[in-house]
Amino acid sequence: MSSQANERTVEDSRPSPEGGDRAQYGVCAFLALLGAAVIVDALGIPHVTSGTDPVGPRSVPLILGGLLVLLAVLYAVDVARGGRGEPEAGEDVDLSQGSDWRTVLLLVGVFLANALLIERLGWVISGALLFWGTAFCLGNRHYIRNLLIAVTLSLTTFYAFAIGLGVNLPAGVLQGIL
Amino acid sequence: MDNLNNLMQGFADVMAPMNLLLALIGVVIGTAVGVLPGIGPAMTVALLLPVTYGMEPVQAFIMFAGIFYGGMYGGSTTSILLNTPGESSSVVTAIEGNRMAKAGRAAQALATAAIGSFVAGTIGTLLLVLVTPFVVDFAVSLGAPDYFALMLLAFIAVTSVLGSSRVRGFISLALGLTIGLVGIDSVSGQQRLTLGVPQLADGIDVVVVAVGIFAVGEALWVAAHLRRRPAEVIPVGRPWMGKEDWRRSWKPWLRGTAFGFPFGALPAGGAEIPTFMSYATEKRLAKHPEEFGKGAIEGVAGPEAANNASAAGTLVPMLAIGLPTNATAAVMLAAFQSYGIQPGPLLFEREASLVWILIASLFIGNLLLLLLNLPLAPAWAKLLRIPRPYLYAGILFFASMGAYAVNAQPLDLFILLVLGLLGFCMRRFGLPVLPLIVGVILGPRAELQGRRSLQLSGGELSGLLGGPVSYIVYASVALVLVWPLIGRFVVRPLRARSAA
Repeated sequence: MSSQANERTVEDSRPSPEGGDRAQYGVCAFLALLGAAVIVDALGIPHVTSGTDPVGPRSVPLILGGLLVLLAVLYAVDVARGGRGEPEAGEDVDLSQGSDWRTVLLLVGVFLANALLIERLGWVISGALLFWGTAFCLGNRHYIRNLLIAVTLSLTTFYAFAIGLGVNLPAGVLQGIL
Repeated sequence: MDNLNNLMQGFADVMAPMNLLLALIGVVIGTAVGVLPGIGPAMTVALLLPVTYGMEPVQAFIMFAGIFYGGMYGGSTTSILLNTPGESSSVVTAIEGNRMAKAGRAAQALATAAIGSFVAGTIGTLLLVLVTPFVVDFAVSLGAPDYFALMLLAFIAVTSVLGSSRVRGFISLALGLTIGLVGIDSVSGQQRLTLGVPQLADGIDVVVVAVGIFAVGEALWVAAHLRRRPAEVIPVGRPWMGKEDWRRSWKPWLRGTAFGFPFGALPAGGAEIPTFMSYATEKRLAKHPEEFGKGAIEGVAGPEAANNASAAGTLVPMLAIGLPTNATAAVMLAAFQSYGIQPGPLLFEREASLVWILIASLFIGNLLLLLLNLPLAPAWAKLLRIPRPYLYAGILFFASMGAYAVNAQPLDLFILLVLGLLGFCMRRFGLPVLPLIVGVILGPRAELQGRRSLQLSGGELSGLLGGPVSYIVYASVALVLVWPLIGRFVVRPLRARSAA
């Protein structure tokens, strides 16, 4: 009992801007769902065992699914007792402010655009858009300069890697021009 | 003696002008990328992996050796000049290194880090040459149950020894194992967790996982919390050391190496423990312990040497057993696999010349690093001022390029984004990323070895116990698992009491 009481005071003394950080319960739910999905998927695999493979393909996913559910429970217990993981710090990370979701969503959009366009437009165009868009999302407003940098970068990488080193990068609509 | 000949042959191969040029390019871009804030050694290697896709394995590994040490050194430059280390292994270097830099001794801090890295890297690589053949001999005698036990130990070690919370470590590991499960089961040919998507039948490429979790996750995480005013970079001239600095540095270099290498070489190693041990030792042995915390050169020299020696040490289990113990080794292992080369005891028979070329390149790369970094340090310091929008735009740009290039399919970019979001959440909730990477790489192989063990015993669980090695390993696993309980019930209450 005494160790628990002590632990609580230690936890409480830490700065916790978001209270008990209840968002962690979302992680528990995610783990439990993932565990359930792994188990359901495993049950759908034909149970084939043989002399050379007495275990079969189902056992490991079943164990892993169980482990995920168990971890979800253990994590929930840890959160309920006031445990929280420290958000990662870094050179450019300022944790004193809340999360800037707008920037993150914009970035995800730019990233998805690249994934959708890369084969149609080719790496030179979609890669340049990716670079330009990311710089824009992160607050850089030198439109023309950024466009020049982006195009230079994507052309250089295309010629150096795709043509020079034989790395797989699509030419897209510029096929035949580059 | 045989190994010495092999090594000499390796040197002879690397010395070809074209190969030397590749080693030089590797060192330069490795350092340049590693210096960039937010990019640790593992991410450097993962991001630069595609550069080598079009090359022959020999050329690729020569370049890799350079990238490996370059990325390591770049990281310590960042922590000295910016005070916020990219990887946990540079935490200790940042403590004294940044204080020295603030006190106007940045040149000396960088010099002792560079020369210390060279000394430790060279001794470490030499030890690698001496120790690895014994480990290989030992590893050849291991059976499937022993391998299974060793991999289990690696899982437990990366989740329990490192990081503060075991639940969070295990969650990360379980996520990695789940990602590793995706694809066709290699034994029975059944599809698992592929959701009927044909491209997923081959599994999710480790490179895509590493780039997604490290690079895209980091970029998204920083985007959500971008510091409006970038951290201050301390200007620096050409690194140099006075006589007094040399006198105070050489012993910490050697002691740091002695701490670092064995810890790196153990399956439960890593660089965190030896760097902290080296720091504590230097503080205790120093003539002026009061300087610690204000910029003592010993506090940079020792931990930095320990960090580099440990990096060389991690190559022992990586090459000889196929067991990665830190993120960088895990990505290197992925690089081997992308060439269809499986590290392990047979590597030294099947790919002997390749391995010795790699080891020779490590020596050469290390030397090139020293020659380059002393004059180029001011240029590297300028890289730290790169506007952040460009830095993270560049990271996403190269991450997408690398992930696409693995299989030339856009689906990988969507997977990359999902993994990036996972990496974002892991940073948000303080889940360590290393266990995930190790889980992805070792998970499928652990399953294979486990099933092989049970095949020999006809499905009896006793098949997992396979002789003295597995007994010792299971005993270590038990010790690692019990150790934090001692911490919880003995150390923590004591600490709480003293804090109250």
